[in-house]
Formats: sequence, structure tokens, C-alpha cells
Amino acid sequence: MEKRVVLQNCGVIDPKDIASYMKTDGFKALKKALKLPAAQVIEEVKASGLRGRGGAGFPCGLKWEFCYKAKGDEKYVIANADEGEVGTFKDRYILENDPFSLIEGIAIAGCAIGAKKAFIYLRAEYHFLFDLVNNAIAQAKKKGFLTHLDIEVREGAGAYVCGEESALMDSVEGKRGEVRYRPPFPPTSGLWGKPTIINNVETLTNIPRIILNGADWFAKMGTEKSKGTKVFSVSGDVTKAGVYELVLGSPLRELVENLAKAEKVKAVQIGGATGRIIPYTMIDSPLSFESVLGAGAITVFDESRDIVDIVGKTMEFLAEESCGKCTPCREGTEVMAETMERLGRGEGVAKDIRVLEELSETMMLCSMCGLGQAAPIPVVDSLEHFRDDYDNHIRQS
Amino acid sequence: MKKASRSGDRGKLLVLLEAAQDKSAHISRDTMVELAESLDISIGEVYGVASFYSFLSTKPQGRNIIRICKSLPCLLKNAQIIIESIRKEIGIQPGETSSDGRFSFELTNCIGACDKAPAMMINSDVHGDLTPKKIAKILETYK
Repeated sequence: MEKRVVLQNCGVIDPKDIASYMKTDGFKALKKALKLPAAQVIEEVKASGLRGRGGAGFPCGLKWEFCYKAKGDEKYVIANADEGEVGTFKDRYILENDPFSLIEGIAIAGCAIGAKKAFIYLRAEYHFLFDLVNNAIAQAKKKGFLTHLDIEVREGAGAYVCGEESALMDSVEGKRGEVRYRPPFPPTSGLWGKPTIINNVETLTNIPRIILNGADWFAKMGTEKSKGTKVFSVSGDVTKAGVYELVLGSPLRELVENLAKAEKVKAVQIGGATGRIIPYTMIDSPLSFESVLGAGAITVFDESRDIVDIVGKTMEFLAEESCGKCTPCREGTEVMAETMERLGRGEGVAKDIRVLEELSETMMLCSMCGLGQAAPIPVVDSLEHFRDDYDNHIRQS
Repeated sequence: MKKASRSGDRGKLLVLLEAAQDKSAHISRDTMVELAESLDISIGEVYGVASFYSFLSTKPQGRNIIRICKSLPCLLKNAQIIIESIRKEIGIQPGETSSDGRFSFELTNCIGACDKAPAMMINSDVHGDLTPKKIAKILETYK
């Protein structure tokens, strides 16, 4: 069953009109937060158990606390609206239906860590939302809600890797979007070396709800380590593709079969190109950080699909989008894409499997950022669950 | 010449390149030289940024840029047929620009319109739930 918390205003309010947002308790959370000591706002977010919705699942309150305690004359808030993961469109849905909740979330984050400047990094593909988001900022400013913080929309220019936080910061600084060595992490040294928090659109949209209703209310939803709800983007071999919000811990089956109306499911890719590939036998897996989640991209494949082909296309995508800074990811994704394509053509040999396995290990251990480290997951998962698909192709050759 | 501060002018390079791209549909060598001089950075650095992002082009492009999504959710919904229809309709291959300068044609990665797959962008407009029949009508509106 759907539970709309993040999406509570979507389809309810007019995204062009702040008055309709204010009628649904809009900006009440910000007013409340501005009256509280910053440490108490952060404590509330920590107590809620909210974890990052962009895929990594880092505790949000802890990130804010690190940044709050970091020394710096300037601090920044960045909203990551660069959802480039294959099969993800939930942040687009939030932005086009309720940009005000994001702005309120950013404003609360700003007052918690003491930032005077915030950026919304919007992917180039979402340029059509640029005016809508800027209009929402202008209206919030006019109403006097942004006296403590200036929010600027910065646009990407077509680069998947810029959804990765360190590459994103380089892009905001006007550079090539290449990942940085870490530590230091953004809360101590981020944008222009200043303490910075980067949160996903969905994470920030949760903030006004938590501040207004309290951490206890939020923490009642979900599992032990995954509190609240999650917004999912469902596409592929389904009848009703779209955006759905479920309490964390809900079974995958609920989303795929009951809501999106998929039939004869063979596998589900969860978390996009670098996500897990789950066979139908595991369709009752809970959707949570303890189990599988990612950024909530759910791509469904029916029984007519060939997993070698699916993984091949996935690796082709990753090879194209690798930023190229570190060798394991740049070369590894390239070799994997080539190998998968060759296997798909029926020209693979048994030794290819061993090469894929060895390469996976190297990439997971040695890549510089989360993208390279996670890039072999589709290969590893498919080798575990769909070995028959590989063997069929090798037998052909 | 004005010196670029760390978080000041140099930080605007991507924004300036995006503006140049919008204005002349590509970033010319002259533009890159001008930007390098005004920001007091090397031409190589400007080119490095301009060539990193797929929505920036250092070569002249058509008046309208068609980008068809070739990522999995669109492929599952037969994006290949849409790619073929566009190819036939405008008579050029992905990566090319029509001789009248009306269209550039590219394949792109996930544009976040998977709920409307197969989907494409023309300039900043997203067109979804595409069928070969719809193609001609959509293209007509871009002169």
C-alpha cells in the first residue's frame, strides 16, 4: 500500500503558487526551526533516523552535525538534483509537483549548519524545470522565508558522474566533473574547500515533515535501520510505470506486482546501473537499507529478456559515463562492456567468466568513488543468479 | 586583465560555457580563447571543461538537437524502432547534423523519462510514449 509522506503535496498543491503550499502547512517547519537552537534541529534529524535517499544511505543528521561542528567562515548546502541513475525519475516528479518542500528543506538545512548560500544542482536533462524551481525560490524569497539563505540553481551539462557528490562539487566550481580523493569529506572540506552538506532532493524533502511532526512520528515508520518512507521510480516490463512511495521495509513484490502490475517477472534491477539484480525467487525481499534499495530505481525484466544482454547494456552505459580519473573504473568498465557484448554475440569463451570475476574484485577494491566500486555489481549478481544465461551464450560459441 | 578569484569568476566557467552553447549552438574556438583570457586560465582548461560534458559541443550543431534515450528502460520499450524512424525521417545517422542545419541527431543516456518510455529530448523539450507514427508530427514543430 502506498504511504505518501514525501509526496504528500504532489497533485494536491499548485507547484507554481506558494499560497497553495502554505495552505498545507507549508513553511511552518521552517518557522519552527528558526526559533530552535541549531543543535536541537540537528538532534531532531538525527533522532528521526533519516538516511540519505540518493543511494548511499548515510545518516543525514550525522552529516549535518559534522558540518555544524566544522570550522569555516562560509558553509554551503547543496541539493543534489542530478538524478542520472538509469531508471530514476522520482526527483523529477518531486520537483515538478512540489518544489516548495525542497526549498523549505534547504532553508532548514541552512539554518541548522549556518550556511548563507545554497545551490540546487539540476541535471541538464531537467532544464524544463529550471523556471519552475526558480519561480518557487522567488516566491519563497518574496514571502520572507529566505532572509538567512540565498538559493541558486546551477545546471549540469550532461554527465552521469556529476551525481556523485565530489564530482558534483567540482562541476559547481566550474570544472570537469571528476571525483575527488577522500578524506577530507564534504562536511569538513567541500565546495571551494568549505564545510558543505550535499543531500538528495528526496532527503531534503523529508526534512520539513520531520521538523513539523517530530522525530518520533518519523521513526515509527520503517524498519530498525531504515526509517520513514522511500519514493521509487518503476519502469521496464510493467503495465503501470511511475512513481510510488512505500514505507521502508515493504516487500519488493508489493511495488512490482501489486502497484506497477508486472507479470511473468524474471528479474528486477534495483538502484539503476550500479544496482542489484534480483531474481524473481527473491521478490519478497524487503526494500530497505539492510536489504536492497539504492536510490529507488526499479527496472523490471520479464521472462522474455536475456540477462547477458541486460548486463551488457548496463556496462556499456557505465563505460561511457565513467569520469576516467581512476584506472580500475575507466578501463574495467570498458573491458566488461566489451566482454559482455562479445558474450551476447555468442563469441564468448568460458575463460571470460573468470576474467569478469577477477576484474570485479579489482574494481570494487581499488576504484576511487562509489560509482566505480559499485560498477561490477550487475556482473557479480547476474553471475550468481543467472549463470544459465551466460552458459547458454558460451555454448553457442 | 582581470584576475579570477578562487570562488569568483573561475567558478563561473561552466555557466559561461552553457550560455555560449545556448547562444550559438556550440562553443567555438574563439569563444574558448576569449573565456580563457577573461578568466585568466589556460585554453586547455577551458577546452577540458567544454569537452567533458555531453550537452556542450565544440563543433557546430544544428538548430535543433534531437537526443533519443538509449538506456535500458527505453530500450525495453523498443527505443530502437524510434531511432530507426528518426533516422529515416531526417536522413542522417546518430552523431550527424542534417545538411540544411535543421537537426543534429544524438543518442543519449537516461533522461529520467522512463515512465514515458520510449522518450527523447528535442532541445529542452521531453517527448515521451513515442511511436513511429508520432515522429513526423513532432519533428514538424521544429523548424
